[in-house]
This record gives sequence, structure tokens and C-alpha cells, in this order.
Amino acid sequence: MTRKAALTRAQFEERFFGVLRWFVIVFLALITVIPFYYMVLLSLKPIDALLLDPGSLWISAKDFTFSTYQDVLRSTDAGGQGFLKFLLNSALVSLGTVVLTLVAAVPGSYAVSRLKFFGHRQVSALFLAVYMFPATLLAVPLFVIFAKVGLSSSLVGLAIVYVAQTVPVSIYMLKNYLVTIPASIEEAAALDGCSRLQTVRKVILPLALPSLMATGLYVFMIAWNEFLFALLFLAADPDKWTVSLGLAQLSNGIEVPKTVLMAGSVVLTIPVVLLFFAAERLLTEGLTSGADKS
Amino acid sequence: MTTAPAGAPQRRDTDPRSTDRPASPGRRPMTASRRANRAGLAFVSPTFLVVLVVVVLPIAWTVLLAFQKAKLVDIQGMGLFGNWSLDNFAQVFDSAGFWSSLWTTLLYTAGSTLGSVALGLVAALALRRPFKGRGLLRAAMLLPYVAPVVAVAFVWEVALSPQYGVVNDWGRRLFGWDDPIAFLSTREYEVHLLGLHFDIPLALLTVIVFECWRYFPFAFLFILARLQAVPDTLEEAALVDGATMTQRFRHVLLPQLMPVIALLCVLRFIMTFNKFDDVYLLTGGGAGTDVAAVRVYDFLTARYDVGAAAAQALTLAVVLMILLGLYFKFFGNKVQEEA
Repeated sequence: MTRKAALTRAQFEERFFGVLRWFVIVFLALITVIPFYYMVLLSLKPIDALLLDPGSLWISAKDFTFSTYQDVLRSTDAGGQGFLKFLLNSALVSLGTVVLTLVAAVPGSYAVSRLKFFGHRQVSALFLAVYMFPATLLAVPLFVIFAKVGLSSSLVGLAIVYVAQTVPVSIYMLKNYLVTIPASIEEAAALDGCSRLQTVRKVILPLALPSLMATGLYVFMIAWNEFLFALLFLAADPDKWTVSLGLAQLSNGIEVPKTVLMAGSVVLTIPVVLLFFAAERLLTEGLTSGADKS
Repeated sequence: MTTAPAGAPQRRDTDPRSTDRPASPGRRPMTASRRANRAGLAFVSPTFLVVLVVVVLPIAWTVLLAFQKAKLVDIQGMGLFGNWSLDNFAQVFDSAGFWSSLWTTLLYTAGSTLGSVALGLVAALALRRPFKGRGLLRAAMLLPYVAPVVAVAFVWEVALSPQYGVVNDWGRRLFGWDDPIAFLSTREYEVHLLGLHFDIPLALLTVIVFECWRYFPFAFLFILARLQAVPDTLEEAALVDGATMTQRFRHVLLPQLMPVIALLCVLRFIMTFNKFDDVYLLTGGGAGTDVAAVRVYDFLTARYDVGAAAAQALTLAVVLMILLGLYFKFFGNKVQEEA
């Protein structure tokens, strides 16, 4: 009797969650894809079409236009918004941040994963403590310090701040990968007469290439998307604006149509999304490897 | 072996290596552990230097600034140690908005943390077993997390707009809304439900929903990775014992997931507590969404009052540390046991 009741409960749950699962999957697909579809959709129609029928989820052929993109990308001299320049600035800052972060994080993560040195347990805790403090707290003194050394409103100064923001996670990601490389490989290299630096360069780095790419990608994403420090450091100098900042400033202009704003959003989003889809698996594995150990 | 006294001469005589490579006087040959120590410190120093210069020193300076009267204009010529006072803190605690802003921050942080982790958990459970198109969906689901905050904030702003937003248009068509709802600028929205009237903080709820939407992929990623590491045999055993699906989740999966969920909650809590850009871009801190980080920014840019901004930011950091301390005191051990 009870056994039978239990069975039906199990069957009921099996069926109920089997159906619910598909509802959840469809729901998740909708909430993640529709905002981006909406963004692209609005960027491709003139503002009149949007105001006339705000609920429409498609574009008629006669409305279809690329003029919003022309407006956003054209240089300010030609009456556009100059986003090509902003894209270049963002690319410079982001790539610079990636290179500098990896240069700082590779030795650091190697040391944390392999070498027992004084304070090696405290290092990760110290770096994670960076996140405890609001970025707004850091922004004030950094702004003043950079003004003194002449780095304010410079892309280099911005990149240095980003390096400090991304180094802790980079060390964490790289470390999780490095500990999986067997120590015997290094010992073999040492027997062959490699110094430690040579071992890192010739043996560890090639082996850690996937992890390096994942970390680099993550850093690029953070630097490309960052907004607060760009706002604080560069707001006064439109020549140095990154795309995020340019877009935010564009939205403050009253005369700028929302469809142009959406074109700017697409331009800002595309590089990071393309990169992400090219290396999605790499990134997700890089981020989550070792998650079960924590 | 490390007990040899420094520069022990008899040892140097017998050690052939030290004759090939004459050590400086008084220096003993390095042991493996000392070499590792040196190399470790050397390898870590670039990272350490960056963090020291760009994080630790500025924070230390902020602490000093919080106790001084400092406006942005005269800060350039100021020495490190000016006139110390607690004026900034008095000003922060006395100002009308402080306590309400702290309360808003807590609601915002707790709501966003729980919401994003819960949604991430549901998503991970739904996508646990393979199905056609799972890889594509998994990648697509990470979009809100990967996309630049400025871009997604504007999409929400446009979509929720009372004048030209798609949400209000469809709301009127499908649910018969009489008036368009200004999601991002309504402090209190009156709801009639079963003859009862509620005032809900609509703008705050909207930014919480935004935050859940933006960060659930992060929780999803970590929980899914952990789920896939749960050995099948555990669940099979429970199945053989007649456990139903909810029982298997409650007694088998959840204990396995608890450590990663706890970690995610702590991480998300810290990040959201200090979050600036999301709320700033969506509402500018208006309509009851004046979270603390946005207030600090306002102190800085509207009044150029560096001292007050530093005091406020420091207060926040202290509140956060107290909250985390309480958390680890009461739940830290439990989490570790389950790990």
C-alpha cells in the first residue's frame, strides 16, 4: 500500500519536473536572447518607426536602415558620434590590460601553485581582499595620484587600474590550472639543466596555453566593459573615451535618437560577444575549474 | 639538513659544489626550501607591486582622508597628515540619506544575491541532462554576464520606457494596463490584490531584477560545473532506495552543492554591495534606489568633498566586513563541514 503510494509520488514528480524543465529552458532562452534581439532590432529601424509602434518585434522591409550605424561610427568632424575612435581606444586599453595582467599574474600564480615561500598562504587572501573595498573608494586617491604623476586622463593610467582589478582573479584561474600540471615534468626539466625561469618559459607556459587564453579573454572582457574608472578619469577628454563611456555620454545628449543609442550598444557588444563565442568553452572551463574544491 | 650554522666552514670543505661556485663570505649554500622561498617571493613581487601601488596604498590614503577636511581643489597641495577630526563621519551619520541608503543597499544586495544564485541553481538543474541544443543555449545564457553593462542597461531602459518601451506596449495589449508604468522612476507603486493595497518599491525591485538577470549566468556556470562532478552512483543508490526526485535533490544533490552555493552567495554579496555602474546607469540613484556606492560617487562629483566621500566609503567597507564576519562566525564552520 505505502509502497504503491510512494511509487506514484515518484512517478508524479518525474513527470511534473520533466515538463517543468522544458518550461524553464524556454523561459531562460527567452530572457537571455530577447533583450539582445531587441537591441539589434531597434538599431536597424528609424526612430519614427519605433515611436509609431513601440510593441513591434520585427522590422518591415521599408523601415530597414543602416543609417543609425553610419551616424554612430562616423567621426565627429563628419557629423557622427565618432565611435570608431572610441573602439580603437577601448581596444588599446583592453589589449594593454591583458598583456600587463598576464605578465604580472603568470609568475605570481606559478609561485602560489608551486613554491612554498614565506607568506604563500596569505597571498591569495590578500589579493581577494582587494574586492572588499568599493571601487569608488579606490577611485578618489587614484585620481589624485595619477594627476600628480601626469597619468590622469591617459589610457595608460586606466590600464594600470584595470590590471590591479583583474590580477586577483587571473592568479586564481591560472593557479587552478597550474596545479594540475604534474611536478615531475618540471623535475625532468630541472635535471636537463633548465633554470627555474627557463622551466617556466619553455615547459610550463606552453602547457598552460589554454588557461592563459581563457584568463586573457576574461581580462579583456572586464577591461572592455568597465565603466566607473573610465567615467572618472576620462570624462573631461572626449578624444580618450572608451566605447562604454562614449555610449553613456551619448545617452545624455537629448537630441540623440534611441535607435542610434541602440546601434552604439550593438557596436559596443559585438567585439566582446564574438570573442566569447569563439572561446566559450575555454572561458567557462577556465573560470570554473577548481570550483568544486573551493 | 637545514640546521648547519651559517657559513659552517667544515661543511664548505667537504662540499664539492662550493668549490666550483665560491659563495660570498659568510653565506651558506642555499637549501631547496630557501631557494623556493626566494624564487617564490621574486615571482610574486610584480603582482604584489601592482596591488600595493594601485590598491593598498590608495586604500591607506583613503583612510587618512576620511579623517581630514579635504575638498578636491585643495587636495593636491595637502600633506598626508593634516588636521585630524571626526567631522566627516559626523556629517555622514547625520545626513538624512545615510541610514535609508544603507537599508536600500542591504535590500538591493540581499535581493540580488539570493535571486541570482537561486535562478542560477534552477538553470543549472534544468540544463543538467544533455538535450539537443544544450551547448548553444548554455553559451547564449552567458550573454547577460558577458555583455557590457552600459549596453544592457540601455536596452532595459528603452524596453521599460513608458513612452516607447516594448514592455508597456505589450502590457497594455496582454494585461490591459490602463497607464504605462514607469518602472525605473516610480518610488512606490500601489498594487491592488484581493481587495488589499500594497505599496511596492518598484524602481528598487526593477534594479534587483536587472541584477538577478545579469548575474545568474555566473551562478549557473559554477553550479553546473559542480553538478557535473557529482558521482552518478550517489543518485543511483538513492534511486534504488526509492527516493523521489525532490528527495534526491534535497538529500543528495543539495548537500553536494552547498559549499559552492555558499561561496557564490558570499562572492555575489561582496560584489553587489559595492556595485556602482548598474544602478547608476539604470536610475542614476533616484526613486528609492540610492545605493551606497552611487552616494559615494555623488559626494565626489557633485560636491567635490573627498573627505566625506572617503568617510562614507570607509563606513561601507566596515559594514561589509562586519556582515562577513558574522556570516563566517555562524555559517563558516557549517560550510566547511559540508565541504
